[in-house]
Amino acid sequence: MSTAGGLSFQDLILTLHHYWGTQGCVILQPYDLEMGAGTFHPATVLRALGPDPWKAAYVQPCRRPTDGRYGENPNRLGHYYQYQVVLKPSPDNLQELYLGSLIEIGIDPLKHDIRFVEDDWESPTLGAWGLGWEVWCDGMEVTQFTYFQQVGGFECRPVTGELTYGLERLAMYIQGVDNVFDLRFNDAGVTYGDVFRENEVQMSAWNFEVANTEALFDQFRKAAAECENCLENKLAIPAYEQAIKASHIFNTLQARGVISVAERQAYIGRVRDLAKAACGAWLERERTA
Amino acid sequence: MADFLLELRSEEIPARMQARARNDLARMFSEALADAGLAMGPIETFSTPRRLALIARDVPEQTEAASEELKGPRTSAPEQALEGFLRKTGLTKEQLEDRDGVWFAVIDRPGRAAAEVIAEAVKAIVADFAWPKSMRWGDGSLRWVRPLHGIVALLGEEIVDIEIEGVASGASTVGHRFHHPGPITIGGAHDYAEKLRACHVIVDQDERERLIREGAEAAAKEAGLILLPDEGLVVENAGLTEWPAPLLGRFDADYLDVPREVIVLTMRTNQKYFACLDDEGLLAPAFVCVANIDAIDSGAAIVEGNRRVLAARLSDARFFWEQDLKVRLEEQAKKLSGIVFHEKLGTVADKVDRVAKLARWLVDEGIVKGADADQVERAARFAKADLVTGMVGEFPELQGVIGGYLAEAQGEPKVVAEAIRWQYAIPDEPVGIALALSDRIDTICAFFAVDLKPTGSKDPFAVRRAALTSIEMIVASGIRLSLTEAIRGALANRAAQAGDHAVHALDRTVPEIIDFFADRLKVQQREAGVRHDLIDAVFALGGEDDLVRLLARVKALQEFVETSEGTNLLTAYKRAANILKKEDGSWTPDQVRGDGEMVAEEAALLSALGAAGPKASAAIEAEDFTAAMAALASLRGPIDAFFDHVTVNDPDAIKRERRLNLLARFRDAVHRVADFSKIEG
Repeated sequence: MSTAGGLSFQDLILTLHHYWGTQGCVILQPYDLEMGAGTFHPATVLRALGPDPWKAAYVQPCRRPTDGRYGENPNRLGHYYQYQVVLKPSPDNLQELYLGSLIEIGIDPLKHDIRFVEDDWESPTLGAWGLGWEVWCDGMEVTQFTYFQQVGGFECRPVTGELTYGLERLAMYIQGVDNVFDLRFNDAGVTYGDVFRENEVQMSAWNFEVANTEALFDQFRKAAAECENCLENKLAIPAYEQAIKASHIFNTLQARGVISVAERQAYIGRVRDLAKAACGAWLERERTA
Repeated sequence: MADFLLELRSEEIPARMQARARNDLARMFSEALADAGLAMGPIETFSTPRRLALIARDVPEQTEAASEELKGPRTSAPEQALEGFLRKTGLTKEQLEDRDGVWFAVIDRPGRAAAEVIAEAVKAIVADFAWPKSMRWGDGSLRWVRPLHGIVALLGEEIVDIEIEGVASGASTVGHRFHHPGPITIGGAHDYAEKLRACHVIVDQDERERLIREGAEAAAKEAGLILLPDEGLVVENAGLTEWPAPLLGRFDADYLDVPREVIVLTMRTNQKYFACLDDEGLLAPAFVCVANIDAIDSGAAIVEGNRRVLAARLSDARFFWEQDLKVRLEEQAKKLSGIVFHEKLGTVADKVDRVAKLARWLVDEGIVKGADADQVERAARFAKADLVTGMVGEFPELQGVIGGYLAEAQGEPKVVAEAIRWQYAIPDEPVGIALALSDRIDTICAFFAVDLKPTGSKDPFAVRRAALTSIEMIVASGIRLSLTEAIRGALANRAAQAGDHAVHALDRTVPEIIDFFADRLKVQQREAGVRHDLIDAVFALGGEDDLVRLLARVKALQEFVETSEGTNLLTAYKRAANILKKEDGSWTPDQVRGDGEMVAEEAALLSALGAAGPKASAAIEAEDFTAAMAALASLRGPIDAFFDHVTVNDPDAIKRERRLNLLARFRDAVHRVADFSKIEG
């Protein structure tokens, strides 16, 4: 599939799918909810809890309203893709498996400088943290590599190893492109810009200028209330979905600049409480199942 | 005797943790062996991103054998006593010796094999190692900084058997992750470094640091440039590489429009690159990165990749810079009313108002000399405007610096731009001093006013730091300032904003803040060798809140109390104070009556006091503290003679009272200079 200028964006994804599929991962499709990072996917958060082994890989669209730049910045997007791999328990050769995937997508580690640079990961909204690195390729961060220690405030036993590839950055690197919109999406002449620039323009306008904040505040309250409703009925998965929704609505409200510094902590705390409770309900179900 | 080699191989250890880990490993290992009675030679430690290693020289084969003799019961003692003794010693009756009717047990403890002692020690070290953060992995419960994969443990050439949670020791390790990923067998401590070197691993961090330092310099020199030295970066890059290869790259010179600090910071913090200067000392459009491989294309692809990453970062930075240049600081400053400084202390705009007032007051009162009050106020009004710029949003550590550049760019006077630029440091010109000092004093007073003062180890608003820097500034620039007045002013500004009429709280808060300054002053002066008890002794008198004068006084006092005259006077003072303390009632120096009946030593003391008291006061008034000390020194002879020849506790009540009053007068004379009761020794 490789061409002289490196893999196209879609071939990059297909190559990773094939590689991780061969390693025994279930290849999932993106979760159908808006979220800020691939980690939020229940295939990572919920599956990282409890004793059962789990291996999965998937692409997840990520929405970060505050990072939108109306399609004008060559490196920043309000919507982009992460490639997420989770392996539980984390195998002893996880680093080697990961490096194998880089070779697969065309990065020669004797020509390029691959480095594991300390970067501890923490998600205040998920009550989660882990230790690991950001992986550098010639000085560019291409992957977040984490050994989960806690999720939803619960100890992870066994530990899940998580790899999060920044797909656009990786593709820009492989293709030698300085502007994300110039990426070859496929090898038939379609660029990333053809597919997504207009989305960036319109979504930036909506996120920063147009979104009805009253409606958003209302949605936040409703998602939180629905989460509680699910929890009362011991339905961990729908409860967790509502927590994801609340988290994304909060991100949108932040982009609109209507949440003050003081309120910010309170909102994060609220989302964390919901996510933790959903994680607790998930573990409870596992225990009684 | 043999050398012992230990290598703990793991996934990448954070660079910042390696130095401490080496020290801890050496310390824990030598303690464990010393506890077991195993003497050994010197220890060396090494670290790379993937290994923590130790070599201990001259380890004996075993610990010293020992023989212990225990005395047991008499042979005539009841059977139970003998049974108890056998249980305790683990021997049989036949093994005991009968010496004159008493059982003796001789227990030989053979030396323990060093390998056994070492195996236990290593297990304990791994279990107890204090990483700043540690983790679990897989389905195990072992904790280490990152997953632990291998242990090399060789005593001489023999493997020391150690197993820790499924990781077993051996003679095998791996070389460089990419150049030599397969296993290699180590013979022992003697060939460890060389075998690794042959597999692209330089295990000695000092050698890697040297290679980076010299290699980066050479790379710059070859390009006709000068490397901007940065020892922190040398150590960090050595902690990130096993085979360091410094490479020089260039970036587009157009980016040099961006403030130099931004470029250097983004290179250093985000990318761990060294910066380079041209022969005029200006920042050159070049960088030195340190790769971890001997690249097949000599590093061309690595340099190109790094150049692109840097270009993306600098293009981001330039975007923010160009946006920021379009907005005047006046406009930016208006946005500060939307930023909360602290929920109990209003917005940053409120803080700016308070600081501007206090800064102007410092100049108007002639406390900070040589500054123009309007310029000071202007600097204060713009000082925080850069907080809302995109640049400071991206690089918070450049607050102030960016404001300074923007002020210069919009044509502010140089002193104003410089004052803004250096506000978080310790400026040395008057406009800057007025701004920086009032900013700190306001921070301290504001947080005290709402009862958010530092407690114990908690100081979330860095109030201690603010006090320390204020003191440094006051002392360095010799600023004559009544702290009390400045604090009252700052508190009043805050109270006015809050519509807070609790001005009565001033009486409580002001002394609290003065005490706080006193504590900080002691900490700050400790390094300069100034005794904290002497600072207390001067502070305790009250009324001295001019730090410059106070320190001069403390300095003179320290010189004095360290002479023999001073020591003797202190002894006499303590004696007098003790006598007075035991007496009920207050002794007032005015009531020295019955002059005619005085013995010679009383009269001499009285007369010496009459001269010394006013002299000391006058000298202090004139800030001639050496003269004040000399006045006190003149009391030493008379007070010593008094104690040698006069009985204070005379049966005659009048004499007794007179003498106590004399002592009280002596005490008070001393107190004109300092409260000697606070002086230690």
